[in-house]
Amino acid sequence: MTGILAALLLFTGSFFTLLAAFGIVRLPDLFTRLHAATKASTLGVGCLMAGVAIHFGSLETTTRAVATTVFLLLTAPVGAHLLARAAYWMGVEFWEKTQVDELRRHWEVYSKQAGEDT
Amino acid sequence: MSEAGNSLLEIVAMVSLGMLSLALFFALIRLAKGPSLPDRVMALDLMGSIVVGMIGVYCIAVENAEFLDAGIVLGLIAFLSTVAFAKFIEKGLSR
Repeated sequence: MTGILAALLLFTGSFFTLLAAFGIVRLPDLFTRLHAATKASTLGVGCLMAGVAIHFGSLETTTRAVATTVFLLLTAPVGAHLLARAAYWMGVEFWEKTQVDELRRHWEVYSKQAGEDT
Repeated sequence: MSEAGNSLLEIVAMVSLGMLSLALFFALIRLAKGPSLPDRVMALDLMGSIVVGMIGVYCIAVENAEFLDAGIVLGLIAFLSTVAFAKFIEKGLSR
């Protein structure tokens, strides 16, 4: 029974990771690609680690799998946010169908403050 | 019952490794042709996540849980490199 459950989790996790990689190739601009890559890879690796924990079923393996998952869940959004901010600062082009840019009117104030700070 | 579950798990582990390899190849395409530097950094970050998942599947395939430590270290290195590259893009080498 645990074998079947672990196999199901393994397949789900690798499917979502493949979906993330497919999105990173197909989506039109950097911000949509970042969205696809971060969310799907977090879910994918989480499912894979849950499968590992269920398959081995011992305390130390479960601890390591949970530690990996929690670390990834904490760091992936932080890294994506830093990267998106750096790309916006760098002036990466949007997709031509992007409608709203709410950051634009705050950006001059922010960059002036950042210039004064450093 | 347990025997059937184990052989199923071996097949699924091999299929998962194949799917993750395909995902690695897609990320490599974006790494090669990404129009800007943040695209390439994002592809590298995704490759780090994929390899962490691959290490987990490999642990199941060879019935040895010792390799999970390498996965934790690899996740740490991927995050640190992403942060360093983001700082480099935003502020340059001067600070």
